[in-house]
Amino acid sequence: MIHPMLGEAWLAMGANRLRTALTMLGMVIGVGAVVIMMAIGQGAQYAVQQTISTMGSNLFIVLSGSFTTAGVRSGSAGAPTLNVADANAIAELDGVVNVAPTHQGTRQLVYGSQNWSSQVIGTTPEYLDARAWNIVNGAGFGDSDVRSATRVAIIGKTVAENLFGDDDPVGKTMRIQQNPFIVIGVLGSKGQNLDGRDQDDTVIIPLTTAQRKVFGTPFLGSVRMIMVQAESAETMPRTMESVTSLLRQRHRLREGVPDDFFMRNLSAAAESEAETTRTMSILLGAIASISLLVGGIGIMNIMLVSVTERTREIGIRMAIGARQRDILSQFLLEAVMISFAGCLLGLLLGLAIALAINAFTGMVIVISGSAALIAFVVAAGVGIFFGWYPAQKAARLDPIEALRYQ
Amino acid sequence: MVQPVIRVAGLGKSYETAAGLFPALKGVDLDVRPGEFIAIMGPSGSGKSTFMNLLGCLDTPTVGDYFLAGENVAHMDKDALALLRNRTLGFVFQGFNLLPRMSLQDNVALPLVYAGVDRETRQAKARELLAKVGLGNYAESLPNRISGGQQQRVAIARALVNEPRLILADEPTGNLDSHTSEEIMRLFEELNGEGITIVLVTHEPDIAAHCKRQVRFLDGQIVSDQLTTGDSA
Ligand SMILES: Nc1ncnc2c1ncn2[C@@H]1O[C@H](COP(=O)(O)OP(=O)(O)O)[C@@H](O)[C@H]1O
Ligand SMILES: [Mg+2]
Repeated sequence: MIHPMLGEAWLAMGANRLRTALTMLGMVIGVGAVVIMMAIGQGAQYAVQQTISTMGSNLFIVLSGSFTTAGVRSGSAGAPTLNVADANAIAELDGVVNVAPTHQGTRQLVYGSQNWSSQVIGTTPEYLDARAWNIVNGAGFGDSDVRSATRVAIIGKTVAENLFGDDDPVGKTMRIQQNPFIVIGVLGSKGQNLDGRDQDDTVIIPLTTAQRKVFGTPFLGSVRMIMVQAESAETMPRTMESVTSLLRQRHRLREGVPDDFFMRNLSAAAESEAETTRTMSILLGAIASISLLVGGIGIMNIMLVSVTERTREIGIRMAIGARQRDILSQFLLEAVMISFAGCLLGLLLGLAIALAINAFTGMVIVISGSAALIAFVVAAGVGIFFGWYPAQKAARLDPIEALRYQ
Repeated sequence: MVQPVIRVAGLGKSYETAAGLFPALKGVDLDVRPGEFIAIMGPSGSGKSTFMNLLGCLDTPTVGDYFLAGENVAHMDKDALALLRNRTLGFVFQGFNLLPRMSLQDNVALPLVYAGVDRETRQAKARELLAKVGLGNYAESLPNRISGGQQQRVAIARALVNEPRLILADEPTGNLDSHTSEEIMRLFEELNGEGITIVLVTHEPDIAAHCKRQVRFLDGQIVSDQLTTGDSA
């Protein structure tokens, strides 16, 4: 039964090509918009996921200073309240995997005639473990380098490219604040972080060397920041609590006295960022779906016109034995075919535009099979939903009335 | 006694109009036996088309009974009526009523689509019937490419495609010139010769003379019912 009907639906669509094409255009735009929005939305989600995975998992940082009631950090300009001994004490706590006291700032790097400004991080070897950051060329420094404040450096990919060009940086000497440092390793690439900062534009040196030679802190042994890696996401809040009570105890803060440090859960911040992109992605898809709805209304409109125009044809078909359900399926099929054809074209158009966006702007896009599948299911659904009323109207016509229609 | 193809008893049809209920058909009784060839005559507005639409299962009566091949049609649902229109009878209209976008062959084959017949059989059958009505060479033509007389032949072929035992025709020659009308009537005579029962509406005595029996309507009632006499032919 469906087979001859397909041919007839095709004929009917061909009978008024311009009208069919315009009706289809509504679906093309609707599906195209959904495909593009989903590609961009999923691309953004993917990019955030990628960035989060480069950060390292279950991390939080303890920062020197405190929040005033107005929420402004105070004390950071003064003497740092944290020190290396605090970090060592935290490392002894249950549920703590890695602890890395750090001191960082932007400094000018010089190699030969090349200059490059970069973020310099003074820290301990645990920093790389916490951030799951590997060395692709050369080696890292050890605890002995931290103890004896050697002038060694591990550099990121961006630094390697800009300062050393085609040279192999390992074994070369560069200067930071006039002090010569031997490059002993090159880090694997991590790309941008959530704030859009290039994580590969980094130099990592032993904490003690940084304090003495690069940042010149007057309070030896003090640090502005301690990075802590917890065992798991579940144990993180408990670990943060025990760090708080440990530090309060060590800093001899009596009850009622505010903390002289504060903490930030990096993993939670990342998760909320991911949640934001996910919401944005859904929102984009939802907005695009509205154009699909408009396309569907276009189909309904044209099918209503078609039913009226073909009233006499419907009467003839009924007179020679078409049942109500035959007429219903004929018009429904037509609506679904228009919807499907529009969907197919929209899919191709959407893909082409998404790829063009990627090619011209470098924006990450993700094209998933599920998006295409959803588009097709929606198209069939739109065809049936918006085709139903006109088809029903056709099927319910009275044969005599329909035959008399001029 | 042979079962009548059509038995109509006290059949009435009233239309709802702005002026109230209008009785177009008032208690009609008629038996049509297999193989009969009947002309329904009468002035315009006498209820002929109303009657034919009821016989053709296109409409349902207000009162009375209609037995088609022994079954009471009067209270059947729409799908059952569609089935009867498709299998049991063939209807021929004054205005031919072919679908303009379809080839003649597809037009003739259309009832078979609704009968669920496969494509090969449909096409073979349609070609066979087009040949029978003398249009074998026009299978792929569109209806607007052929004359009115030829279109009516195609319509007759379509009415015959499901091999019904009954053909109903409401003024089948109403839009045709007298020469073409004669040809169409000869085709009906031929079909009747093959045993098909035919009931047709006409107000032309020349046309009615081809039929074996003439039934006359006036104001929604049958006023005369007689066999065609030799001298009026
Ligand atoms: N759908 C309708 N609504 C109202 N009146 C109708 C309708 N169809 C037919 N009639 C009236 O019924 C009467 C019989 O019509 P009809 O059966 O078409 O007559 P005939 O075919 O003999 O000319 C006419 O008076 C006509 O106006
Ligand atoms: Mg009439």
